[in-house]
Amino acid sequence: MSVAESYPDGLLYHPEHDWAKVDGDTATFGITWYAQDQLGEVVFFDPPEVGAQVSAGSAYAEVESVKAVSDVFAPMSGEVLEVNEALKETPENINEDPYGGGWMVRVRLSEPSEADSLMDVNAYKQSLGR
Amino acid sequence: MPVQYQGIRQEHVAVRTHAGVFDVSHMGEIETSGPGAERYLQRLVSNDVTKIAPDGAQYSVLCREDGGVLDDLFTYRLGPDRFLTVTNASNHERDHDWFARHADGFDVEVRDAAADYAMLALQGPQARAILARHIEGEAPARMRVTRARVADVDCLVCGTGYTGEDGVEILIPPEGAVEVWDALTGDGATPAGLGARDTLRLEVCFHLYGNDLSEDRNPIEAGLGWVCKLDTDFIGADALRGLEPTEALVPFAFTGEGIPRQGNPILVEGSRAGMVTSGTLSPCLEIGIGMGYVPVVSSSPGTKIEVDVRGKLRPAEVRERPLYRKER
Repeated sequence: MSVAESYPDGLLYHPEHDWAKVDGDTATFGITWYAQDQLGEVVFFDPPEVGAQVSAGSAYAEVESVKAVSDVFAPMSGEVLEVNEALKETPENINEDPYGGGWMVRVRLSEPSEADSLMDVNAYKQSLGR
Repeated sequence: MPVQYQGIRQEHVAVRTHAGVFDVSHMGEIETSGPGAERYLQRLVSNDVTKIAPDGAQYSVLCREDGGVLDDLFTYRLGPDRFLTVTNASNHERDHDWFARHADGFDVEVRDAAADYAMLALQGPQARAILARHIEGEAPARMRVTRARVADVDCLVCGTGYTGEDGVEILIPPEGAVEVWDALTGDGATPAGLGARDTLRLEVCFHLYGNDLSEDRNPIEAGLGWVCKLDTDFIGADALRGLEPTEALVPFAFTGEGIPRQGNPILVEGSRAGMVTSGTLSPCLEIGIGMGYVPVVSSSPGTKIEVDVRGKLRPAEVRERPLYRKER
């Protein structure tokens, strides 16, 4: 079930173990391998509404394991353009493919410069002691 | 015991379909013995202790004078004048104090036996088949206890459990516990943790002290009137006599998405009416399930309720117990 630990290059990382993949003025968000490993098997993903405003460092969604619920924090601010509806049926994608099929939302960025305060892969790995 | 070894769902399914073993050594034990032991226990615990057969087991609650629940317990009869009562870990010290405090006037010896035993629960449809390969002699029937050697260790083997599956709970001298654990896990029993123990018991609506039972709740509203034999005059019986509770503990299931959690408000017809005491995602039913206290008028199976899960109202329905029943 579990996949090998990985932190791809080219993503930006937030200290709450979220990643952002920035593409122009939009970005895709998800949680890192470390975050899903801490959670254990995800059994429910509660997404925000399309059109909702998310702000950097604030919770925008919830993920639940059988045992507990956790907030998911936005690495950057903006408006939700799209939600990964597939996670309703297969929340385990968050565990099995955290940077691919486990993506959570796509956002139109309101403050693209927030990217500057996020970590690159080396800084994030260092923060994990990897 | 860890929350999980491999994953809660995996361990849960292993217990429902094959066999799992839980290290529940944290549970406490109190031994009562002597010519007055039966009469003494009859005063303390809510069930009719005289009905425990030789080598029998019985479930009961321990109440305060006002009927508030101090603990829920299993008592095993080890001899005509000798009993072993299994306590919840978090209540053990308080239970033992309560036992000791009420021993005056009875010809009984009360002994804290928690250090005498490790405890493993082997549960699941294959539990008895696995046990049979490691036990010398007969395994106990359901609700019976027997002394037997398991993996060459002298144990007390009890035909009880907390999962809704067939199986046994094994009380083991601590120095032999690893041998028994290794024998069972080495023969196909999946190590299972506290997380699966909770989801398994909740699917079959067994109470968890601290969630569904507390000093602020009496056993009648908790649905445990069947273990309260008021004519035995146990401590608390007077308070429970003639009591007409206004609330009842009910099992419920979500009819849509979401997972209920302990502390979530329960709404009936849009108004706050109660609170979730236990909640989880049922690994077998794949829906949110739970138990909670609601007004008696809203406690019938089929009653529509809503659960406020962190601001989102999730539709649910009061159900019959157990929430999960094995297909036969």
